[in-house]
Amino acid sequence: MATPVTMPQLGESVTEGTITRWLKAEGDEIEKDEPLAEVDTDKVNAELPSPVAGRIEKLLVSEGTTVDVGTEILLVATDGDSSPSAEAQPREDLGAAAPTEEFPAADTEATPARREGGEKERAVAEARAGQGGDGRGTLEDAAALRLRRSSPVVRRLAEEHDLDISEIAGTGVGGRVTRKDIEGYIKEREAQPAAKTEARPAPERVEVYEGDEVLELTSVRRTIASRMAASKKEIPHAWTLVEVDMTGLAALREREKAAFAEREGVKLTYLPFIVRAAVESLKEHPVLNSAWDGDRIVLRKNTNVGIAVDLEEGALVVPVIRGADELNIVGLARRIDEVVKKARSRQLSPEDISGGTFTVNNPGALGSVASAPIINHPQAAILQAEAVVRRPVVVDDAGGDAIAIRRMMNLEVSFDHRILDGGAALRFLNAVKRRLESYTPESGIN
Amino acid sequence: MAVEETRARHEALGLDEDDLLRMYRTMLLARRTDERMWILNRQGKAAFVISCQGQEGCQVGGAYNLRPGYDYVYPYYRDFAITTLLGQTPRDHFLSLLGRREDPNSGGRQMPGHFSSRDLNIVTASAPIAVQYPQAVGSALAFKMRGEDGVVLTSGGEASTSEGDWHEAMNFAGIHDLPVVFLIENNAYAISCPEPLQVAGSIARRAEGYGFPGYPVDGNDVLAVYEVAREAVERARRGEGPTLIEARTYRITAHSSDDDDRRYREREEIEEWRLKDPIVRFEKYLMENGVLDEEKKEETEAGIKAEVDEAVEYAEAAPYADPEEALERVYAER
Amino acid sequence: MADKNLLQAIHDGLAEEMRSDETVMVMGEDVGRAGGVFRVTQGLQEEFGPARVMDTPLAESLIVGSAIGLSVNGMRPVAEIQFADFIPPAFDQIVSEAARFYYRSNGVWNVPITIRAPYGVVPGGALYHSQSVEAYFCNTPGLKVVAPTFPADAKGMIKSAIRDPNPVLFFEHKRTYRLIKEDVPDDDYEVPIGEARVHREGTDLTVVAYGLVLYTALQVAQKISGEHGIEAEVVEPRTLYPLDREKILASAKKTGKVLVASEANLTGSVSGEIAALVAQEAFEWLDGPVMRLGAPDVPAAAFAKPMMDFFAPGAEKIESAMLELARY
Repeated sequence: MATPVTMPQLGESVTEGTITRWLKAEGDEIEKDEPLAEVDTDKVNAELPSPVAGRIEKLLVSEGTTVDVGTEILLVATDGDSSPSAEAQPREDLGAAAPTEEFPAADTEATPARREGGEKERAVAEARAGQGGDGRGTLEDAAALRLRRSSPVVRRLAEEHDLDISEIAGTGVGGRVTRKDIEGYIKEREAQPAAKTEARPAPERVEVYEGDEVLELTSVRRTIASRMAASKKEIPHAWTLVEVDMTGLAALREREKAAFAEREGVKLTYLPFIVRAAVESLKEHPVLNSAWDGDRIVLRKNTNVGIAVDLEEGALVVPVIRGADELNIVGLARRIDEVVKKARSRQLSPEDISGGTFTVNNPGALGSVASAPIINHPQAAILQAEAVVRRPVVVDDAGGDAIAIRRMMNLEVSFDHRILDGGAALRFLNAVKRRLESYTPESGIN
Repeated sequence: MAVEETRARHEALGLDEDDLLRMYRTMLLARRTDERMWILNRQGKAAFVISCQGQEGCQVGGAYNLRPGYDYVYPYYRDFAITTLLGQTPRDHFLSLLGRREDPNSGGRQMPGHFSSRDLNIVTASAPIAVQYPQAVGSALAFKMRGEDGVVLTSGGEASTSEGDWHEAMNFAGIHDLPVVFLIENNAYAISCPEPLQVAGSIARRAEGYGFPGYPVDGNDVLAVYEVAREAVERARRGEGPTLIEARTYRITAHSSDDDDRRYREREEIEEWRLKDPIVRFEKYLMENGVLDEEKKEETEAGIKAEVDEAVEYAEAAPYADPEEALERVYAER
Repeated sequence: MADKNLLQAIHDGLAEEMRSDETVMVMGEDVGRAGGVFRVTQGLQEEFGPARVMDTPLAESLIVGSAIGLSVNGMRPVAEIQFADFIPPAFDQIVSEAARFYYRSNGVWNVPITIRAPYGVVPGGALYHSQSVEAYFCNTPGLKVVAPTFPADAKGMIKSAIRDPNPVLFFEHKRTYRLIKEDVPDDDYEVPIGEARVHREGTDLTVVAYGLVLYTALQVAQKISGEHGIEAEVVEPRTLYPLDREKILASAKKTGKVLVASEANLTGSVSGEIAALVAQEAFEWLDGPVMRLGAPDVPAAAFAKPMMDFFAPGAEKIESAMLELARY
């Protein structure tokens, strides 16, 4: 018997993955944790490490194929398969003489002989039990299995009603779909006949003219597309903007950046200052660090800030800085540098891209001065930092107005109008603005 | 002179020739049945045999005064002669030996020698040693509570007196003067364990400590056992309380068909006891007293052989219970 | 009808049976003149005399063995083992003898005896006055093992046990003797052996429990209903062997979540058997792991109160297990 290896769930809400390249061929010997394949999912591109050691018996999926999470993708013949053959097992030998009729021939040794047979049987049974392995893999996977398989009754109901368990929102332990969840789902579905039972309806096509090029979607593109559409469709977006005078901060940065790069090994950008100002302001305005939950609002305890990273080949990923509120400028600069590098080298793990509670976008790096971002569903808001540009502005100058050249930046927020209103959004924006404007060349960096 | 004495003996006991011949035939029938069981075992037809051989005298003498079907009997697994005396037939014994559905003891569920009969008030027996004694005194208590003159006979080997159950039952019988007779068939061995390693002091004398009489008796002398057992049963029936009888006898065969007694006892010892075989001794007594002669002996043997042959033939042809019957009769229905 | 506790209910059941059937008798240590160490048999000897309410020697094997002998000779004895902890000397008579008489005689000799045994953790009871020994006997075909908790059930079940043609072990939780009072009908009625009782209906989870733990679980069920809106169905097996499979499975299938609780040592317990039954027969209805709650696998409750309290599952442990399962 071979051990099947399945498509793992590489990140929350990931439901499928594409085998982009097999790194091993049938017949190859593999070590445990040795890479088997490159897998492309809508969140990450990763090498798939083998969960077992053995010999690859069969590859079940061809390169370029997209399969659901949990699908068996290859079979590995493992060491456990070399179980003792039937003839290797001790023969059950209850008595030496052949029985004449229904009972063994009388034999004064009959009793001890039987006892010996019993011990052999026991030994065989124990040996067999020992081969069963320690089952650790199963135990470690219990949480993941719980999400996918839930429970016998949920599996049975899912089968009876032709449902995919992973499509249903779970309220049980670790998000497990409970019997009540699936019963509620079924009830709801029955109440809306013929509604959205198909996971992916056939897309409406545009006219394709001669010479047009048709690009098939990569899974990353497809995910971005559906996420953005879902966010826009569900969330009533509202948007507002303030201008921030970055002159002091720019001077500080100018003054410190060489030493900083030397000392920390990373470039000093505006971003860690913006993130720092944002997380501090979120503490004062927690409603922006929240999520819409059907008929209620969930205020997040953690402040995990997603940083939108543009990848050149037309993809956007949002690695998450967990516990951003516990990091100072130096810490943030380092973490941002780290995740951006990981994103660019396609090395983000599922943990790196999950658990975000708030997102900061930085299109200013590409020269943008105004834009209306789409909220990273199901978060409440996204902060947008535009380019820092020199502009003539009117300033107070010894009791009178004067025109001065200042380094200005537009700072915007898109927010879920179900959760909060413009006033709250602006109070938050102004808090961020105040923090950014408080820097002077003498502030120092910490 | 000798003739005068022995004649006086059975007559003094109130036994007539019919009684003597019935005792004799019962002992011999049990012996021949037992011997045939071993043959069937060695032929591979019977999985297990346990024997009464050598103990027929104390069994027949000990139970001769009971009223079958009225008094209660708690025998142990060697008591083929007791159950035969009470009314079980060779057919019954061979049906049990071969585990057939018609086995009256258990319908093929128990080993042979685990007797049971509701009609004969033989209470179902088991293999753990001495468990029958507390049950026996319970049945005796029931007789006493109802003011009935029923008697309970319970028997076992000398090793059974090592168990707490025996002492608990002896004590209880003594406290309440229960109508029970304890017949200890001291056959000198518990599988391999000889009496000196099993028994401290005297079994018979232990009764004194529990407040009732205990008698040692030659267990291979059927009339001697009859004598003390008659007194014990009558005493119990009169409501005067329990009696212990320790009948000294000898196990001629190995413990069972699965035991090889050459590992623990000398052949010479067995040969010595064969000379004291209760059947041989009783035959001698009967011949000396003109109750039995060679012709009558052969006639008896021939009759028994025919009965045993017929019983074996019947039992071998008898059907097994269906396998699924193993699932039945776990609980009694109301 | 009158409010009665468990002691009084069992006493009344015994007395009524003895009045209506003169073969019924009571025997055991201190059951006669003293009326039993827990007073269950108080007054019986005065009414029925020293033979039918018999003080026996201190010999458990004799008590059960002679009860067997009495029963096959026309009597219906109720034997008392003073504490369940002292039942081991009678093990052979119960397990090898009483339980097997009927089977081994191919349905000829039945043993209509009842063996009463107080069990369970009680303050000051320690290792030898606290044990829950029911599991030893729930692996013994031929025996019936019952453990009613509520007075009205107990009166009806002691009657069923006495009238049953088979040996019945009747366990009484010492701590519930005076704890629970309820209306106990004065008339002659039976509560059948082999039938579980649903004490409380619910949809979120099922708790199967007996003894003091059952009583506690019922209180916890009420509490979490009020505090969390979780509705637990509480089922009492009442008969531990053979189990009322249908009623237990019906509740398991209804709620999909089952917690089995008692104060017996967990490994090899009756709870384990119930859990196995549910896992095997109700698998496709399960919405969470079948959970067991019991005493840790240490010999018995200790004498010192903190250790004693730690041993058996109390309200806190029961509540936390119920909530954990409900939220699974």
